[in-house]
Amino acid sequence: MSLAETFRTWRASPAWRMGMSIGAATGLYGPSFGALAVSSGLSVWQACALSALMFTGGSQFAFAGVLGGGGTGLAAWSAASLLSVRNGIYGLEMKAMLRPPTPVIPAMAQITIDESMGTSSAQTDPVEQRRGFVTAGIAVYVLWNLGTLLGALLGQAIGDPKAFGLDGAASAAFIGLLWPRLKGRDPIALAVIAAATTIIVVPFVPPGVPILIAAAVTTVATLVQQRRRP
Amino acid sequence: MTMWAWVLVSCATAYAIKLAGYALPKAVLDRPVIHRTASALTVGLLASLVVTNTLTTGQHLVLDSRLLALAVAAVALWRKLPFIIVVILGAVAAALGRLAGLP
Repeated sequence: MSLAETFRTWRASPAWRMGMSIGAATGLYGPSFGALAVSSGLSVWQACALSALMFTGGSQFAFAGVLGGGGTGLAAWSAASLLSVRNGIYGLEMKAMLRPPTPVIPAMAQITIDESMGTSSAQTDPVEQRRGFVTAGIAVYVLWNLGTLLGALLGQAIGDPKAFGLDGAASAAFIGLLWPRLKGRDPIALAVIAAATTIIVVPFVPPGVPILIAAAVTTVATLVQQRRRP
Repeated sequence: MTMWAWVLVSCATAYAIKLAGYALPKAVLDRPVIHRTASALTVGLLASLVVTNTLTTGQHLVLDSRLLALAVAAVALWRKLPFIIVVILGAVAAALGRLAGLP
């Protein structure tokens, strides 16, 4: 099959359509990350480096969010890294599902995120699962990075994070990231535990650290509950 | 360390975690506790980030226009509006709150 034919077959597939629309939707909120990153004190190029190299939205927001709240680089690194642990699980799942040849794994790993995993798992046919992963991963990568640059330049032009309610945008972004994960009683209970822990410890520890304490408490709560209810 | 160093170290860590997933044995997937812990960690971190970004300034708990932004965002999410609209509404709510004289 020629390259052009392969491309035509891809473009006609349901996985392509889903991947592209997820890419477009994610690209649209790239600017919100760029603007928030710059308003948290990162430079335009640091914001762009995070999108190009870290490339996992939740962790990027966390990194900027911790710094914006006055946290140290160490606290920002910890929060971002813990939040990206789930990508490791996705990698495990994608390897089992897509059976990629070893040479493509380093590239696949970089685009292993919520969106590519979601698009791939939504397909039933193995060929479509691969197409979904690649299409969503690349579409999100390109548009997310473009969006970040635009937003970072915009954020730089705005300057003060309080102007135009950029700090309110950060609150909205975090609850927007959390919301889809609150399905069922357990996640809601865990979210409440984490929120309460944060409120309690904020006055006593440096900025950024409450997030790590909340993460530890939530993990312990899950393990305890797991033991009680196997 | 400079901020650039933290940025790059954090990026390297994120990539290492992604890559580690492909290197781990498949048997790890069969243990439900791994899945549960990973998703609990994600929920806990995000919930805590909601609180720190809404209610805190440094080590102080404060009530200001950001709480209004959070409330508006929650309603928008409940109405199933897309993420970008939720973020924009949050910004608008905080800006309007300040215009109305809230801190």
